[in-house]
Amino acid sequence: MLIKKPADIRPSEITPPELYARRREFLKTAAVLGAAAILPPALGGRIARAAADDNLKPTPYQDVTTYNNYYEFGSSKSDPSENAGSLKTKPWTVTVEGHCEKPGQYALEDFLGSQTPEERIYRLRCVEAWSMVIPWQGVPLNKILPRFQPTANAKYVEFTTLLDPAQMPGQRTRLLSWPYVEGLRMDEAMHPLTLLVTGLYGKELPNQNGAPLRLIVPWKYGFKSVKAIVKVRFTEQQPRTTWSSENPDEYGFYANVNPAVDHPRWTQKKERRIGDLFRRDTLPFNGYAEQVAGLYAGMDLRKSF
Amino acid sequence: MALQIDRWFSLVVKPLVFVACLLPLAWLLWLTWQGQLGVNPVETLSHRTGDWSLRFLLLTLAVTPLRRLSGWNRLQRFRRMLGLFAFFYVGLHFAVYLVFDQFFDWQAIVADVAKRPYITVGFTAFLLLIPLAVTSTNGMMKRLGRNWQRLHRLVYLIAVLGVLHYAWLVKADLREPLLYGGLLSVLLGYRLWWWRGRGHSATVIRSTR
Repeated sequence: MLIKKPADIRPSEITPPELYARRREFLKTAAVLGAAAILPPALGGRIARAAADDNLKPTPYQDVTTYNNYYEFGSSKSDPSENAGSLKTKPWTVTVEGHCEKPGQYALEDFLGSQTPEERIYRLRCVEAWSMVIPWQGVPLNKILPRFQPTANAKYVEFTTLLDPAQMPGQRTRLLSWPYVEGLRMDEAMHPLTLLVTGLYGKELPNQNGAPLRLIVPWKYGFKSVKAIVKVRFTEQQPRTTWSSENPDEYGFYANVNPAVDHPRWTQKKERRIGDLFRRDTLPFNGYAEQVAGLYAGMDLRKSF
Repeated sequence: MALQIDRWFSLVVKPLVFVACLLPLAWLLWLTWQGQLGVNPVETLSHRTGDWSLRFLLLTLAVTPLRRLSGWNRLQRFRRMLGLFAFFYVGLHFAVYLVFDQFFDWQAIVADVAKRPYITVGFTAFLLLIPLAVTSTNGMMKRLGRNWQRLHRLVYLIAVLGVLHYAWLVKADLREPLLYGGLLSVLLGYRLWWWRGRGHSATVIRSTR
């Protein structure tokens, strides 16, 4: 199953944040004026709300870059934007190892090859029950991994974040066992929605958002989307990933967004979209079920959460 | 002279403390008005009102030890006010949850309270505070007599539940809940020490008699 352009993801032109904001306002105004002109007020209001509530309205740049979970720079949401400035992202080397024909150390440019980044507007659902919509720029992982010629033993891919307490103050505390490790099954990694991200809102990826290279797997909880990647390893065994080893009852390896499986301590049925006052329903696979549900056919997603 | 101090105390000092206790709310309202609550305003409101609930609970529990240590008995007269402000901020904290997190979805709230340990514990603490607030008047103190103090010892349990509520919801960084827990342990530990000491001296007095 290869879907190049899922219906609800328009790789729209790269637009500055101001324009996004204005477009949104325009949409709202138009809907309100139009509806108010021809419809009874109650109905008009509902239509205006529906128009403003489309599920791919990008979260403002300011919010995307100041509300982050990135414990390497501290555990509060504002810590990363305050502390990540010190991270040196150039030059950057990515080590490729494990079950592949072309392991080695690659400069970031060589690792990415000649691929031009494309824009993808994705929903991001955090395991903490908040969400955003973010216009990323990146390269689908399935255009990069094959270049290293993974062997038949490569069943999983493991990603590791930089370990450098001098640059990452959060790593001086034992909040988590550093370095941060995440992983995907090979077919998840090769799915066309899986993106290696280098930019955001048409700009270079800010440090607090995982510069210079991060993963985005839009149908999984945000913690799967590992930041500041320095190592990619092909493995035969399922990788030991950070949150699921910290707390296996609460965070699984798959971590697919699933309103039917609650976090033991809080519900996953609803989420607060940043910018909204009230919660909205969480969608199975974060709304990407049509594209990805097939990957998990025959699996019990209550057990493999 | 003592009368004058009393008058000054109830006409100036107590109103000042009252206003000071409203400052956190005023600050939150100001931030809301200015749109300065951050990227996730509801979460900010929820966390800040929760913080102030715990802080006022700890302040209330600090009154008696401070009075004993300083010998300044008038401190006691702040205790009810601080306790009621703790209840006030807990009420706001619950209101944020009720309106913005659940939007009066009682079914979901019942499910939350039943299934989520941190909510069970927090909600219990909130419920237990209600009888304490209701019986905080002078009339009720008189009417309940010795039972009043028995009833109001519930505040120790409430504070423990409050800290537990906080500790149970964080993902990994336990430092702040542990700080509250540490302060609470000091305040409760002081009481244990005091009671044991008094029990001790009481037996000593009895035996020398």
